Amino acid sequence: MHDDASRPPSAGPSGTVTRSAHRAHRARGTRPVPWPWFAVAGITFAFLVLPLVGLLGQVPWSTLGSDLSTTEATSALRLSLVCSVWAAALAVCFGVPLAWVLARVEFPGRSVLRALVLLPMVLPPVVGGVGLFYALGRDGLVGRYLYEWFDIQLTFSTAGAVIAETFVALPFLVITVEAALRSMDRRYEEAAATLGATPWTVTRRVTLPMILPGLVAGTALAWARALGEFGATITFAGNVAGRTQTTPLAVYLLLESRPEVAIGLSVVLLAVCIGVLALLRDRWFGVG
Amino acid sequence: MSLDAHLELRIGTLDLDVELQAETGETVAVLGPNGAGKTTALRALAGLAPLDAGYIRLAGETLDDGATINVAPERRSVGVVFQDYLLFPHLSALDNVAFGLRSRGHSRSDAHRAAHLALARVGLDEVADAKPRALSGGQTQRVALARALATEPALLLLDEPLAALDQRARATVRRELRQQLSAVPGVRILVTHDPFDAAALADRLVIVEGGRVVQTGSFAEISARPRSTYVAELVGVNLLRGTAVGTRVDLDAGGALVVATATSGAVSTVFHPRAVSLHAGEPSGSPRNVMAARVVGIERLGDRVRVQVAGPVPLVAEVTPAALAELALVEGSPVWAALKATDITVFPS
Repeated sequence: MHDDASRPPSAGPSGTVTRSAHRAHRARGTRPVPWPWFAVAGITFAFLVLPLVGLLGQVPWSTLGSDLSTTEATSALRLSLVCSVWAAALAVCFGVPLAWVLARVEFPGRSVLRALVLLPMVLPPVVGGVGLFYALGRDGLVGRYLYEWFDIQLTFSTAGAVIAETFVALPFLVITVEAALRSMDRRYEEAAATLGATPWTVTRRVTLPMILPGLVAGTALAWARALGEFGATITFAGNVAGRTQTTPLAVYLLLESRPEVAIGLSVVLLAVCIGVLALLRDRWFGVG
Repeated sequence: MSLDAHLELRIGTLDLDVELQAETGETVAVLGPNGAGKTTALRALAGLAPLDAGYIRLAGETLDDGATINVAPERRSVGVVFQDYLLFPHLSALDNVAFGLRSRGHSRSDAHRAAHLALARVGLDEVADAKPRALSGGQTQRVALARALATEPALLLLDEPLAALDQRARATVRRELRQQLSAVPGVRILVTHDPFDAAALADRLVIVEGGRVVQTGSFAEISARPRSTYVAELVGVNLLRGTAVGTRVDLDAGGALVVATATSGAVSTVFHPRAVSLHAGEPSGSPRNVMAARVVGIERLGDRVRVQVAGPVPLVAEVTPAALAELALVEGSPVWAALKATDITVFPS
């Protein structure tokens, strides 16, 4: 897991011992696997990989370049890039302080609060979108004041798409950064304090650099989740070409009318996801 | 009195109530078993654990009075060398040493200049750009000490300064550290469970057991008159001063010892009574130090017996009551004493 990556090197000896002991135990555990397991495992793997094969089999490789340079495709890709980067940035700015409080402050109801923070991870995105609509929509709980006082309308706007993506991406950032903060050896912060560092200097020069691997992993996960967001975006922000029609929405819409463009865009999303997995391989899944 | 402290605090099952005084320029070792409260005392002095009662006064300033005053660690003139050194893994050796000065508002270039000087003083300027993981144990210790001293603290705290080192680096660092500490202008407090480290590094010992001070004094005073079995076990070691010429140490009290590490000049040799074996006849074998002696004192210590012998070198040996009976030793008996060179710790005095 990623907490190995953010574990300080001097905590190494004890960590190394338990890890290698664990590995030795696993290597010794050579009890045979029942043969039906192999059969079912093979079916499961095929089930997971088959859609990718199906997708790649349909890709019109020769016209891929021209399909992706159509207006629908370029505007959807540009919008997706802008929205997902904004969503990841907002998730970092607002998620890191929340992760900090959850990791470092003990208060009654903390576990309930943590469960609520993680809810968007399991909540159907459409439900999230409906919730956002009644909270931040023009007649929503907060949205009506945004509209009345500041003339801000989030529905059917690019800002709305960013908000929807941020909503589903935040838990990934929070859970990753919180774990990194919990697994960090806090004595480094004490050492910094004895050297004259104020709490803010400790945060900036010791804590943040030491949890950086976790922060990078969390940001990448949040960004990937934002990039693929569909349900909350279409429910809350709508499907307005050039404003809220991000790549997943365009794929869905174009699958009927321009399947070759939809497939091209799907391939781009697939390639990006594989790239994120490769980036996180060491940090999130452990090497090998 | 430069440091005057009465530390009272409870953490978990530990109930600490310890008085600690030290003069400027003095090294005091807080010696005791694991769980005695040594590290907690050190954390209280550093400001990392607030006192429940008592006080900490450093150079006339009250840092903690157990009630209203508790100066934050970043505002105390205290440097700490932590047990596993805790160099910031993401910063170079230079930036680690410069960290304190930068935190206290010095410019980056000033801090770096001072850090370069500090590293050069301990012979490490060539690893200034290395990350801590690339440093050896001994280098890490020196960088940690340079980092703690960079802000010129009035009080230097060392938590088990040698415990993280392997046996070979330990002997070298122990020698160097003594010289480095004597050059530090403020008060030095070190915490250790190792009587050899305490003997090598400290001017005065404070022995702590179960959160209470059980005895204080110089190493020689305490080892001559241990007030409890526990203290006797801990510091009841042989301490002999002399002059080293290579691996031979001519003792001030007469006689000589062969030791494993070659040094020169005035040294102290330390070895545990357990390392001294007693024999009815002249033993042959690996021990480099074999001498004919006479029993001058026998003292029962729990399930062991301490036997004082006088010969070319005055020694204390520790044997079992069974061995004593088998050798039929009484005061005045002739006996052979043997001691391996590798069991003797040597440090400059």
